[in-house]
Amino acid sequence: MSWNSTSEFFSMGGYALYVWGAYGVTALLMAVEPLLAARRRRRALEQARIAADAEPRA
Amino acid sequence: MRLSTFAAPSRFYALAGVLMPWLWAAAALLAAAGLWIGFFVAPTDATQGEAYRIIFIHVPAAWMSMLVYLAMAGWAAVGWMLNARMASMLARALAPTGALFTFIALWTGSFWGKPTWGTWWVWDARLTSELILLFLYLGFIALVEAIDDPRRGDKAGALLAIVGAVNVPIIYFSVRWWNTLHQGATVSLTSAPKMASTMLTAMLLMTFAFWAYAIAVAFSRSRAIVLEREAHADWVRGIAHGGRA
Amino acid sequence: MRDIFLAVYARDLRLALRRRIEALLPLGFFVVAASLFPLGVGPEPQTLRDIAPGIVWVCALLAAMLSVTQLYAGDFADGSLEQMLLTGHGATVIAAAKAAAHWSVTGLPVVVAAPLVGLLFGMSAASLAALTFSLLLGTPVLSLLGALGAALTLGLRSAGVLIVLLVLPLSIPALIFGSGAVAAVDGGQSPQAHYSLLGALLILTTLTAVPATAAALRISLE
Repeated sequence: MSWNSTSEFFSMGGYALYVWGAYGVTALLMAVEPLLAARRRRRALEQARIAADAEPRA
Repeated sequence: MRLSTFAAPSRFYALAGVLMPWLWAAAALLAAAGLWIGFFVAPTDATQGEAYRIIFIHVPAAWMSMLVYLAMAGWAAVGWMLNARMASMLARALAPTGALFTFIALWTGSFWGKPTWGTWWVWDARLTSELILLFLYLGFIALVEAIDDPRRGDKAGALLAIVGAVNVPIIYFSVRWWNTLHQGATVSLTSAPKMASTMLTAMLLMTFAFWAYAIAVAFSRSRAIVLEREAHADWVRGIAHGGRA
Repeated sequence: MRDIFLAVYARDLRLALRRRIEALLPLGFFVVAASLFPLGVGPEPQTLRDIAPGIVWVCALLAAMLSVTQLYAGDFADGSLEQMLLTGHGATVIAAAKAAAHWSVTGLPVVVAAPLVGLLFGMSAASLAALTFSLLLGTPVLSLLGALGAALTLGLRSAGVLIVLLVLPLSIPALIFGSGAVAAVDGGQSPQAHYSLLGALLILTTLTAVPATAAALRISLE
């Protein structure tokens, strides 16, 4: 498959809205999901630290 | 080293942390290869034009949505039968990712359907079943989140996931039945373009890319869940107080 | 085992009869909800006749789900549910008996009322018969699935809405086969296949949902 120019690639034969609408949202979601998971882990660590500090060490 | 050593949350946490970078790398490489072939090697489709290229994320997402459900139900069942809470935690970690893939399958299916069949939504058997699968995922997540006691939540979720898994073939059959009865749209999104081998290759590469991604994210989320559930354990305190995270 | 079943079944029926108004609320919902659709869609007779099977079926489904939390709520609150399970008579029998009682109190009245509601939609006599028979086969499935949902969500704050979310996807096959039977009769075709599938679904659900409900009760009460 050879595209004659970058603008031809981006226009996707007139279907740009659909192709990039699909790929764009997918990429966005698959970028956000790992970030949310990582943030959840950081928060859990923070909570554990707070809980550990609150209790007197046995 | 027996596989069951990783039933201990602390060891799973460490293992997942070690494996994750490799999984992310694999996902990135496979995706790059798949997208390259999909956009620069696979030819234009005769009937659908360039719009068909959505297939390279639609079909992998749909396959993963089903695979992740089975994995989720499987691990939940293991957690219930063998009383292994780490397995249950992994099941909980898989659920949101599975739901995400289901949503992506629906979204990309919709964006594929509009230029090809003219409407944003088509009640064909596959899309309708994907929608119901999304409901099953949301139900699982809602149930386990609504139950405060972790072990009760684990077991209830496992039962629900198994019931769901058993029902999926029945639901799919009934939806196909329903679809053939109401012969409105005689075309369905499942009638994909005749597959050139390059198209198939790209699709398979993307599927494996999504698979690596799913494991990586599930590992990441399960590490968070482990920290939440095992917060009072010494090893967690060790990490929290600045040890190796 | 049959004695336990009958004892629990009779007890639940007696309790429901003592609060007759409460017991009839799902029926009231069924009738009112179904009646809303013509108001929303317009009184065109052919349209109503086309959508009637689906609407009546969906309203029956919702009515079944709304009342299902009551199955265990009372016994759970005063601890008698735990006592029942402790006697070792098997959560399975209790689950079966309570689901049967729920169907008798909620499902059966809906089956009886369905022809009347069908008349509101101008359904033909043959369609009404098909509607009633499909609901007769289908409402027990809904009661069984609802009982499973209630057992899983026992004692939870948002149990009501949660049950709807959990059970509705599982009820879709019953909905499809049930309303499909009526649509077939409407279109002059035989509903035999639909009835067979519905019957098979009923048997399958009875054999699987009852043990699953028993397991759910044990999980919720540990």
